[in-house]
Amino acid sequence: MKIFKIKYIAIAALSLFIMSCSNNDDSDVTMAPIATDFSGSFAQKDQLGRPAVNTVFVSAASKDEFNVTIPSQQGAKFQSMFEANLTGLSPAYANAGDANALGLDAATFTGLLATDVLNVSLDGTTTFYDGTNVLTGRALADDVITVELLLIFGGEDFSENPTLSDDNVSSNDKDFSTSFPYLASPW
Amino acid sequence: MKKSKILVATVFAAIIGLITIAADHIDAPATSGTNADITDFYAFQGENTSNLVFVANVQGLLSPSASATASFDENVMVEINIDTNDDKIEDLVIQAIPRDGTMYFFGPFAPSSTGLNSSVNELATKSEVAITAYGTNATVANTNGMKFFAGPRDDPFFMDFAQYGAIINGNASSFNSPGADTFAGTNVLSIVVEVPKSQIGGSGTINTWVTTNAKQ
Repeated sequence: MKIFKIKYIAIAALSLFIMSCSNNDDSDVTMAPIATDFSGSFAQKDQLGRPAVNTVFVSAASKDEFNVTIPSQQGAKFQSMFEANLTGLSPAYANAGDANALGLDAATFTGLLATDVLNVSLDGTTTFYDGTNVLTGRALADDVITVELLLIFGGEDFSENPTLSDDNVSSNDKDFSTSFPYLASPW
Repeated sequence: MKKSKILVATVFAAIIGLITIAADHIDAPATSGTNADITDFYAFQGENTSNLVFVANVQGLLSPSASATASFDENVMVEINIDTNDDKIEDLVIQAIPRDGTMYFFGPFAPSSTGLNSSVNELATKSEVAITAYGTNATVANTNGMKFFAGPRDDPFFMDFAQYGAIINGNASSFNSPGADTFAGTNVLSIVVEVPKSQIGGSGTINTWVTTNAKQ
């Protein structure tokens, strides 16, 4: 038998099969689509609230542990490590009574940061810091790193350690959209 | 693979290895370089001021060529956690998980249990959007009063991370002026959800954070 004949027979057989299938559709039983499988249990691997907190304040050996500690337990577990790393990093907290521009001393500031959640207002402006509003969200264009550097190095009035308190990169490499999905198209 | 490509890949990998990346980009050994690595998280008021927008980014530092083949991992569920009563425990979650070119969303819903282990709640409000392919216009779904997007985007994060690293490692004593954006020209895989504020607490202040969760 030639190959094309085998093909025709196969196609004919397949057609019969499909027709008998579709005949089933005429009955009251409708064919359900194959269900998408979402089963199983999932275990947490990574976690993020505020930008760069784990990177800057968590010691190398504890970074994975920080990612699998629920926020309600992070403060008790990590605040002292955050404070040691902050005072080790920045001279702006070297003297008794030193604070940042939010009026927070090293212990209070790291107490805030160690619980790594992003505070977001549902009542208006949402920004990490815009000169007026503080920690009411995080907008795409917010220069969050400079804000964090200022709070780490800038002292009470943002004037201390000026060469360390601004990375001098103040905007994204592409413009954001005012409409959904807001982020710029990829490179 | 051609030798030149191997060389480029090796050099790129070496550069990545040298610089440990912020904001959360490659923050920790167990997640670094995996499909579960969160790079950034944003929450801001939408164009419609009755809505709040969540942006969760994973898989940072994608070159344009890598972006064409990068994909969300079907074994990784991204969860946006929302705490409405300031006890730092999630009261509501939105889950996102990909299947066969589509990103499925469940919620917002109140989880029956909280903590490190979870499962997809198929009984919750279900939405979906086709994952936008690299090089095509953004596909947006408007479902259940919410908006959804999933796919490659320009990394919205900017920082002179290289100089920060030099300072931390004692190789520099100050930032440069102007600085150089370490993330310029790189992409991430983004999940964007816009939700009516009325569904996540209505008014006041919420606490929010994002997690990636691997199927066991």
